[in-house]
Amino acid sequence: MAKIKSLEDLLKMKETAKKNLTIRNAANDENKIILKVAMGTCGIAAGAKETFNALVEEIAKKGLENVVVVQTGCMGYCHAEPTVEVNEVGKEPVLYGNIKANRASEIIEKHILNNELLQDSIIGETHQRAE
Amino acid sequence: MANYKQYILVCGGTGCTSSGSNDIIDIFNEKLEKNNLNKDIQVVRTGCFGFCEQGPIVKVLPDNTFYVKVEEKDVEEIINEHVIKGRRVERLLYVEPEKNEKIEESPKMPFYKKQVRVALRNAGSINPEDINEYVANDGYIALAKALTEMSRDEVVKTVLDSGLRGRGGGGFPTGLKWNFAKKANGDIKYVICNADEGDPGAFMDRSVLEGDPHAVLEGMALAGYAIGASKGFIYIRAEYPLAVHRLEIAIKQAKELGFLGENIFGTDFSFDIEIRLGAGAFVCGEETALIHSIEGYRGEPTTKPPFPANSGLFNKPTLINNVETYANVAIIVLKGADWYRSFGTDKSPGTKVFALAGAINNVGLVEVPMGTTLSRSSYGNNFKRNCFCEIGGGIRNNGKFKAVQTGGPSGGCIPAAYLDTPIDFDNLMALGSMMGSGGMIVMDESTCMVDVSKFYLTFTVEESCGKCTPCRIGNVRLLETLEKITSGRGKPEDLEKLETLGKVIKDTSLCGLGQTAPNPILSTMHYFRNEYEAHVNERTCPAGACKNLIKFEIDPEKCVGCTACARVCPVEAIKGEIKKPHQIDQEKCIKCGACYATCRFGAITKS
Ligand SMILES: Cc1cc2nc3c(=O)[nH]c(=O)nc-3n(C[C@H](O)[C@H](O)[C@H](O)COP(=O)(O)O)c2cc1C
Ligand code: SF4
Ligand code: SF4
Ligand code: SF4
Ligand code: FES
Ligand code: FES
Repeated sequence: MAKIKSLEDLLKMKETAKKNLTIRNAANDENKIILKVAMGTCGIAAGAKETFNALVEEIAKKGLENVVVVQTGCMGYCHAEPTVEVNEVGKEPVLYGNIKANRASEIIEKHILNNELLQDSIIGETHQRAE
Repeated sequence: MANYKQYILVCGGTGCTSSGSNDIIDIFNEKLEKNNLNKDIQVVRTGCFGFCEQGPIVKVLPDNTFYVKVEEKDVEEIINEHVIKGRRVERLLYVEPEKNEKIEESPKMPFYKKQVRVALRNAGSINPEDINEYVANDGYIALAKALTEMSRDEVVKTVLDSGLRGRGGGGFPTGLKWNFAKKANGDIKYVICNADEGDPGAFMDRSVLEGDPHAVLEGMALAGYAIGASKGFIYIRAEYPLAVHRLEIAIKQAKELGFLGENIFGTDFSFDIEIRLGAGAFVCGEETALIHSIEGYRGEPTTKPPFPANSGLFNKPTLINNVETYANVAIIVLKGADWYRSFGTDKSPGTKVFALAGAINNVGLVEVPMGTTLSRSSYGNNFKRNCFCEIGGGIRNNGKFKAVQTGGPSGGCIPAAYLDTPIDFDNLMALGSMMGSGGMIVMDESTCMVDVSKFYLTFTVEESCGKCTPCRIGNVRLLETLEKITSGRGKPEDLEKLETLGKVIKDTSLCGLGQTAPNPILSTMHYFRNEYEAHVNERTCPAGACKNLIKFEIDPEKCVGCTACARVCPVEAIKGEIKKPHQIDQEKCIKCGACYATCRFGAITKS
């Protein structure tokens, strides 16, 4: 390891080190947004794993520090897998169906960043609340 | 750079390690690899989560699931269910005792909800053996800023303005101490971290060192800069091998990156830290004794003045502070005195780490703002408030609160009438107790106050260095008197003796050990005098704890002569014919209580 000789170097080191920890820090954020990806057997068969990875990458790319992706069990919407549920503090969860990996950016871009629902993909309200 | 999607945090504190968390980590790694998940999921060994009694603790992120009492055989299920299918393993969740409900996420547990973590800010969330994780959480930025942007006076002033008081027991204002050491004349000065932690039951300093060693190193380096020292020592007992190990790693990593050593951050400030192992004697926590011990002499106290700030280690000006004190410094320098003052009370700002123990449901390590009360108002006032009883999850087995012991062998007991007192340095002193290092033992009705005093006095008598007469002989006399009282041979005059002798010992002992040793007796005599009187006047122990004073008797009216008690009695003290009332031979009875627990007819009484 090279010696850190200035505050600037230290801050650079911190930024790099922090990237590794964003998920962990976000977990403790009180206003975190949770994206739940159903990962039952049929979800995984329909590509939920790829969706999951795409969401994680998209979040990292945009540097969103309060958004986390977690996997859940079967949500009961086999016909519309992969399914992604968006949970925001103080709001009803929104459940989207047929979210293949290539639509991950759409959810992040529209729903998370612009507060805009993806009307066509909503498959009804769920009853489970994350908080 | 690895891009992990999930983290499994396993507690690597001393408590959890001793109940097998290292093996759990190994099995997690092994199984994740087998399932090809080791690139997606990282297993992190952290410091103590504070919830040691329920350990080993495993926390899964980002969903914050908090598993307790995890065993090796549970690992497979956590991976199959939680990691792969995303379903929480219900049976490993923590059950909140008051409402008897399962709680999934740690931030929702009353134990954590009410805490404010400043000294423990990183413990349990970072890997203490990886300096990157400390840096990611603002580590060493305070040091960099202080060295490059602040004068030494400004650093001292920040600490002074924050109102931080030493966490080693006495609560001396840290900034004042730094100022004395800074002003002292001397070409060489030293900084010492007191990590002796000798109080029975205390483990807050150990947890800070194990969970976040860099916070202590950074605090010491800031102190070194502020007072003009270039060398620091950490005096730590050899019984803390894990803390020593983590400190060694931390010092090595900090040196490699140039946070310790020559010309730190390119300035002309150089500072090095060495570890010194102590043999683990309580008196070695006293600062003059500690200094002698580092110098290679017997750990015996000497009179003050001279104070270490003027003439300490090798007769040079020396700053000595406690582990937790140093752990607060970097964040104060980073966030400012006002930020720190936003917690706690006016005269005791900030937070304090307590080792909460005794007759309470959640035993563990908690950090709360100074001024937190012991209980919600006990007089029917229902509004919720942060308090120890709430964090502690209430009294165990629905028992009744009797007192709380604070300050360990230097402190005293506070009765229920003061449950609403905000806990800080001055209020505890006013109640005849002490903050001490932060031990807090909750006691219920089954605790005998005379017995409690005896416990602490036995400890001090064993730990006294023997250098001065009042402590060496006086405390032994106190202990003998207590033994007399608890064995039923006490006389009313003994109570006066305890008080008079106790006061003399306090006034005439050389060091803090002797000066505080009678506190447990004096404080319990003050608040629970009736209990002492019952022992000497009626020869009874109201709490039913002093063996020699309890008596088991059989009520002939209720006894059906089933013989069950006679069969369990280990010393054959019970005689009687079948179907006829039995009797206990009091001479033979060793008061084991086995008969009492056995009788199904409620015929045996304990008094
Ligand atoms: C008998 C005795 C034992 C002590 N043990 C400790 C100890 O284990 N740790 C500690 O920090 N201070 C202990 N102290 C207090 C220290 O002497 C000293 O006051 C303290 O380390 C100063 O640090 P602070 O200003 O940060 O509180 C003890 C004092 C006495 C009299
Ligand atoms: S008070 Fe006790 S521990 Fe302190 S110097 Fe005297 S004998 Fe030793
Ligand atoms: S167990 Fe109870 S009822 Fe039976 S003999 Fe003993 S005292 Fe009597
Ligand atoms: S208390 Fe123990 S020793 Fe005494 S009579 Fe009962 S069983 Fe026997
Ligand atoms: S497994 Fe996907 S909806 Fe049932
Ligand atoms: S040692 Fe694991 S929670 Fe304290």
